[in-house]
Amino acid sequence: MLLPEYIYITVGNLTKNGTRREYTVNCWKRAHSCDGTTRMTNLKPVDVAVIGGGWTGLLMAKEITEKTPLSVAVFERGGPHKTADYALTMDEVDYFIRLRMMQNIAEETITHRHSVGKPAVPMRQYGSFLPGTGVGGSGEHWGGLSFRYLPDVFTLRTHLTSKHGAAKLSPDLAVQDWGVTYDDLEPLYWKAEQLLGVSGKAGNLRGQKIEGGNIFEAPRQNEYPTPPLKYSYVSRLFEDAAKRLGYHPHPSPGATISQTYRNPDGVTRPGCEYCGHCQRFGCMIGAKAQPSNTLMPVLAGRSKFQLHTGSWVRRVVHKDGRATGIRFMNNEGQEFFQPAEIVVLASFTLNNVRLLSLSKIGTPYDSAVRKGTLGSHLTQQVQHTTRLFFDKPLNAFMGAGSLAIKFSDFDGDLGFSGAEEGLLRGGIFSVGSTGEGPIRSFGVMPSGVTSETWGSEWKRASMAWKDRVAGINMFGEHLSYWHNFMDLDPTYTDKFGDPLLRFTMDWTDHEHRQREFAAKIHAEVAREMGARFDATPPRRAPYDIVTYQGTHIQGGAVMGMSPHHSVVNRYLQHWDMPNVWVIGGSAFPHNAALNPTLTAMALTHWSADALIGRYLKHPEKLV
Amino acid sequence: MKRREFLTLPAAAIGGTLLYTLAGEPLRLKAQDGVVRVPLRFFTAAEARVIAAACERIFPSDASGPGATEAGVAVYIDRQLAGPYGRDKYRYTQGPWVESMPEHGYQGRETPQQTYRQGLKDLGDFAGLSMDEPIAKLKSMERSRFFQLLRTHTIEGMFCDPMHGGNAGLIGWQLVGYPGPRMSYREEVDKHFGEPWRPKPASLEQIMGRPGKLWEDEKD
Repeated sequence: MLLPEYIYITVGNLTKNGTRREYTVNCWKRAHSCDGTTRMTNLKPVDVAVIGGGWTGLLMAKEITEKTPLSVAVFERGGPHKTADYALTMDEVDYFIRLRMMQNIAEETITHRHSVGKPAVPMRQYGSFLPGTGVGGSGEHWGGLSFRYLPDVFTLRTHLTSKHGAAKLSPDLAVQDWGVTYDDLEPLYWKAEQLLGVSGKAGNLRGQKIEGGNIFEAPRQNEYPTPPLKYSYVSRLFEDAAKRLGYHPHPSPGATISQTYRNPDGVTRPGCEYCGHCQRFGCMIGAKAQPSNTLMPVLAGRSKFQLHTGSWVRRVVHKDGRATGIRFMNNEGQEFFQPAEIVVLASFTLNNVRLLSLSKIGTPYDSAVRKGTLGSHLTQQVQHTTRLFFDKPLNAFMGAGSLAIKFSDFDGDLGFSGAEEGLLRGGIFSVGSTGEGPIRSFGVMPSGVTSETWGSEWKRASMAWKDRVAGINMFGEHLSYWHNFMDLDPTYTDKFGDPLLRFTMDWTDHEHRQREFAAKIHAEVAREMGARFDATPPRRAPYDIVTYQGTHIQGGAVMGMSPHHSVVNRYLQHWDMPNVWVIGGSAFPHNAALNPTLTAMALTHWSADALIGRYLKHPEKLV
Repeated sequence: MKRREFLTLPAAAIGGTLLYTLAGEPLRLKAQDGVVRVPLRFFTAAEARVIAAACERIFPSDASGPGATEAGVAVYIDRQLAGPYGRDKYRYTQGPWVESMPEHGYQGRETPQQTYRQGLKDLGDFAGLSMDEPIAKLKSMERSRFFQLLRTHTIEGMFCDPMHGGNAGLIGWQLVGYPGPRMSYREEVDKHFGEPWRPKPASLEQIMGRPGKLWEDEKD
């Protein structure tokens, strides 16, 4: 299968990855004045400037260039990506361990503190989350798990209040209704699923429950575009055990598709080969949906579309309550001003929030008085993993990012009343076969086998347990709290001297209880699978920035029904600045128990429909 | 440019492996008198011998199979340290530097290169120790950052793709039954349940017919 050659319009040089044809469309001249200082160069105006070339930014660009005659320029910090380059990246050292696809953390990172008053320190090397760089962003190295959220996620404040009574909810709890409903998003979820070709099995088709699918999912109007992936040995063991225990296991919906699929845009992708190089890797055949193999083939042929790689946006420029454009630097350190009628912030959650903060758009959240909105509602993902040890080999090097069996019996607040466990929300349970490299799990063995961590005895034990290790994982819903938020760090800066974003975040009793609940379920399933496992209860440890917990950072510029509680309105239009739109994970008022990408894309469709259908006719506040 | 240093290894382990010099020139190693001389990028020859001896204690060649020496682990570490990783090119290194809690990870100033130089000083004449002295020496250093890195890098060097300098002759992959990167397991993934399936290992270059672009070879 051949994808069209992409056309990258670049300002200055492409990055070192750049091997594509270079076009310079905008008229500009080199900006160095005689004394060697640099001044800003003005570019020719565009209608829409989109910041960030990942799933949401490129999807917004695709919608606008499809349905309007507007010109759209996307600004991406990193370089281009294409499918053919990924074959040579099946390398555990460079990509899984050294994290070669991620943003250069030397240039920009975050700082973290557990609570107000404590000193924040920088995340000096990646750990708890992994933001990607280049065209496609994290959508290039993701695993592809593509779920819809439960309907009550979008109306969580109303739901919890009616279930428990307002008096029972902690005053620290910041969850709120999103301003959209599942019914609003259902057709848009379907559009996103078709775009990606999501593999899966419906468990609730127009209200009819179907065994084998996720019977707890909200009603879907359509079966998944492609059938589920194959089973691995360990996923079969897990499914059988879960069934015997009365749970309702189902294959995970995933964007690593099971068979050749042509999407409504005419883009054809092949089925997965189960090579086991998904998470932290790009897909060498395009079976895993990535912006580079799904959106770029469509966008590359559109005359009104431009993509500026190597372009680091530093400010949204505004005057009298409206954005006038963006300021960005190219890889040579030259600065440009791109005038635009509409500015769409579509970068990773953290950068959306930081750019708004640096640009002084909106009211920063003040945790002391719980007033202001920008930076509030920071959430991640509550996770607990229990290692399983088997007496037979698993051939775990085979797999796919979305090859996982899950049961959703405890998603949302299903399966428990909430009172006895002290839990408001639960999570989903899964065993995945994502493909295991030989380095990452060497030396993992049941406790008590040996106390040595090196030398002959350790080597023998490590070899004996190699390929006999799997993990059962709970992905829990992370509620938002008033004490978890983002703001600008007073001390540390990025490579340009701009302040870093600061996290103030810690786990609460609720998340510890979610993990303790998970450990009980894990033990039950592990026993039924006939596996040895580590029965130590989870440690009530503080939030850490070292252990990977999912690149599912949400919030900071959340959506809602009132400017007092949200940064953007229900259409993801900024409350204070009608021509600024902020899309992606930053809009989520809390994090559901599921991977966020599909919801971020459904919300992008929702936002694009409002921008195109209503805002362009009357370019003012929609609410 | 400093004098070129070499690490001498048994030819049985690494002979015939295609290595690349820092300048990117391919270098086909030939066994001479039963040994090969691998050009070093970061270590001196004496340092490389000490590191190789320490790695051998961490992952020994013994009755359960070959170890760090046969796999060329010291060569792997030498290249990692000489590359961007070794000098913290992709780490946030702006101050102020503060000590913090374990949940904030390594906050130290030292680059991996500096940690190794200090660790080498602490190891002293490690290669010259006899009997149980090397093990006692490493035991005494177990909690140090240097030892933690050395242990991690030894495992990496045992099981990395051989293009990185370790896992010579795919010896590490043979040891644990890892087949290497493959284009497809479509016909195999849902078979062999409960049985070991161990196809003959192949490296990325053997599979793709061309070498990868290694991060450690990145020029500044």
